[in-house]
Amino acid sequence: MTPTDISNPDTFHKVVDCQWACPAHTPVPEYIRLIAAGRYSDAYMVNWHSNVFPGILGRTCDRPCEPACRRGRVEEEPVAICRLKRVAADNKEDIQARLPPIPAVRNGKRIACVGAGPASLTVARDLAPMGYEVHVFDGEKKGGGFIRSQIPRFRLPESVIDEEVGYITERGGVTTHFGQRVESLRALLDAGYDAVFIGSGAPRGRDLDVPGRKEAAANIHIGIDWLSSVSFGHIESIGKRVIVLGGGNTAMDCCRSARRLGGEQVTVVVRSGFEEMKASPWEKEDAMNEGIPILNYLVPKEVLHQGGKLTGMVFEKVKAERDAKGRRTLVPTGEPDVTIEADDVLVAIGQENAFPWIERDLGLEFDRWGLPALNEKTLQSSIPNVFFGGDAAFGPKNIIWAVAHGHEAAVSIDRYCRGLDVGERPPPEVVMSSQKMGIHEWSYDSGVSLDLRFKVPHAEHEVALRDIRTEVELGYDRELAYKEAQRCLNCDVQTVFTTSLCIECDACVDICPVDCITFTADGEEQELRERLRVPALNLDQPLYVQDGLKTGRVMVKDEDVCLHCGMCAERCPTGAWDMQKFFLETAKPYAGRVAACQAQ
Amino acid sequence: MSFLPKPKLHHPKLPVNALGFTRRDYEGAISTLCAGCGHDSISAAIIQACFELEIEPHRVAKLSGIGCSSKTPDYFLGASHGFNSVHGRMPSVLTGANLANRDLIYLGVSGDGDSASIGFGQFAHSIRRGVNMTYIVENNGVYGLTKGQFSATSDKGSKAKKGTVNTDEAIDLIGIALQLGATYVARSFSGDKAQLVPLIKGALRHPGPAFIDCISPCVAFNNHEGSTKSYDFVREHNEAMNFLDVFPGRSAITAEYAPGEVREVEQHDGSVLRLRKLHAEYDPTDRIGAMNHLHERKAAGEIVTGLLYIDPDPQDLHSNLNTVPTPLNRLDDSALVPGKAALEKLNAALR
Repeated sequence: MTPTDISNPDTFHKVVDCQWACPAHTPVPEYIRLIAAGRYSDAYMVNWHSNVFPGILGRTCDRPCEPACRRGRVEEEPVAICRLKRVAADNKEDIQARLPPIPAVRNGKRIACVGAGPASLTVARDLAPMGYEVHVFDGEKKGGGFIRSQIPRFRLPESVIDEEVGYITERGGVTTHFGQRVESLRALLDAGYDAVFIGSGAPRGRDLDVPGRKEAAANIHIGIDWLSSVSFGHIESIGKRVIVLGGGNTAMDCCRSARRLGGEQVTVVVRSGFEEMKASPWEKEDAMNEGIPILNYLVPKEVLHQGGKLTGMVFEKVKAERDAKGRRTLVPTGEPDVTIEADDVLVAIGQENAFPWIERDLGLEFDRWGLPALNEKTLQSSIPNVFFGGDAAFGPKNIIWAVAHGHEAAVSIDRYCRGLDVGERPPPEVVMSSQKMGIHEWSYDSGVSLDLRFKVPHAEHEVALRDIRTEVELGYDRELAYKEAQRCLNCDVQTVFTTSLCIECDACVDICPVDCITFTADGEEQELRERLRVPALNLDQPLYVQDGLKTGRVMVKDEDVCLHCGMCAERCPTGAWDMQKFFLETAKPYAGRVAACQAQ
Repeated sequence: MSFLPKPKLHHPKLPVNALGFTRRDYEGAISTLCAGCGHDSISAAIIQACFELEIEPHRVAKLSGIGCSSKTPDYFLGASHGFNSVHGRMPSVLTGANLANRDLIYLGVSGDGDSASIGFGQFAHSIRRGVNMTYIVENNGVYGLTKGQFSATSDKGSKAKKGTVNTDEAIDLIGIALQLGATYVARSFSGDKAQLVPLIKGALRHPGPAFIDCISPCVAFNNHEGSTKSYDFVREHNEAMNFLDVFPGRSAITAEYAPGEVREVEQHDGSVLRLRKLHAEYDPTDRIGAMNHLHERKAAGEIVTGLLYIDPDPQDLHSNLNTVPTPLNRLDDSALVPGKAALEKLNAALR
């Protein structure tokens, strides 16, 4: 096997599963250690540089990091990364002085951002410290986009949105044009901006097309429109019996909101199976805990109505089958239809992109799904100074993806404005530092906690359901946060092997609690994986291979379930193993982030 | 040594044996020996052997004397019986325990100082008497606990860490064990578990005195140029006679070998030792031949390893003394104190 190239930042980045899985590549273990150390402001800043909205994301993130967490592979559940992030936000001191300074002298370049959602705000935040003059346009009166309009207040208090949006819009360099919807891209381009970023989201909720839809229209609401009306206080009640159609997170927000606005019998109905639902498992769990049943394998057939008022819906029972080509299809079971009585129906069956304000003769290319034709890395459109990000770029995703797009687009815009090749991407900043302090002393807490995942305290149901503005999750207190933080395995503290120092004494092999180190004859990867101490069958996880040993064997470490406990390095008589902290911060236009982020 | 205990979490796919134990269940406390000590590898090999043999930990008694080697029983089989005796006295304590309860598996762990110096006589007599045991000497050729003086197994002409040359002749424990009637004699190297684990398994299943001399480099005091017990020296001069596989019974053996390549030895308990020959002329059931071969190869500068001698049908101390088959702790009072009539009968027989 080719020896592993540890000078490639991806090599060790992949070992930090959470950071690798995070679209914005937040240095997760770094901030978790800071939380454990009680350094909440430092933890917040590590987050802020990477994901811009720690307080918001600490409550609402889709958490791609958690299914990736190594802890979930050696124990039952991953570290509660998302909720620890909230702890940093909840407990930090005033961090305004630590935000990057906005230069008084502008660099003369003007950037327009369409929409004031997470993607646009990230672009604005990344560019303003460089002296760009950023103009943010949004039809609503306040910034935040879907963060403000779609996420119910019981999950995310408005004060948190105001604070974190304010860190971007209230510090100079960014001019907001709220209440001013962009109606024409041509007009915007004619206004002479050096670059335009489109982060206008996927604002159109998909509608239902079944008999009775029109007749009962007064009691049928499109989920995302209904949620924003609730958010802005335009809607304050709903019927006692509510059907929510759809299995995504929007459906979960709809049903839980309905439960707080007078819905007594709220039922979620999904076409496919419970397991196939797009909603995050914890959101489904939260909904069911509030007494909301989720019925699956029911396809809407008809809306029942009487005298212009909705009375219920009829569903056809289906089951999943594989057709001749192995594709999964839903076929009717032939059982009698199911009728559910209702007063209102919320339709949360998906969102679509819509760009009615982009003139089709501008030369901006769209693909056949109506999405802009983009370079996936640079987010540049067919008009060189127009860039996209967030849901507007590749269809509905989530906040953290919007932030990641924002960072990449900001890099692209900066390079474009400076006349550099947009396709050439700056490398991430990487710092490796040995954690060795003494013979058995490490500057990280190498002990492995055996605690199982701690539950986040919730408000009592009665209190929570009474008012839609009452936050359900109370967050970890400092003591629980410390305990949960100790569950983190410090996967960024890497096991670095120096072949020339190894005397092949087997000490590391013998001590490794998870049998991930093997010294053996070289071979092709597939065959080598089979004959390790415990076969390395998780192909998503790389092998760390080094050759050049005296006996001609190779050292193979299966990264899959390494606890990063440092036992190999402690038992190594020659220092061939060292524990080195790998800190990676993705490239961003403004400088000085690594120094600002790094815990000393 | 490490300050923190070894994390309890283990690989989720770690194999489980017939008793439902993983290899980790056969571990003991975390080692306090120097990092890189060969003794830790031997502990790991013992753990692996007991796991593979599916031994119930409470059926093992591990005994030791004094020294780095003799600390190691704390680091394996945490759920077994243990006795850490005084310096060099492990063999007599083991002999006594074995006489009292022959049902346990006896594992004596000793070092070159414990067995070749202060306990040389004890070692010799326990082998002579044919105690059913596995006797492992973790042989590093140096007094590590007292900072690196030559031990009685240091080779003549080998150098200490500071350059002193050893002028005394070395005791070859393998030669003594063969001469005094050990019925299972092997030598191995802590840095070669592929060879060592099966040798320990074979010894644990052997119903007689089984002796393993295991060269175990002392990283702190005997792993330098000029040492004959360093990782590099042993790797360069290691001459393995054979490679052993241990099978619980004949039915488990499946692989086929060409005649002459493999020699199978069936032991008293039905287990089969299969020796893959690396030296065609070497006969591990020929005791005199083994002794001659050892001397020849030593003169040629080689370290001979492998299963060097095996008597498939050994006698042990209990059969020699015709003792009762039941352990003493399971005999009732009437058996242990047969009364006046029995005593008089015995006395009459001796008049």
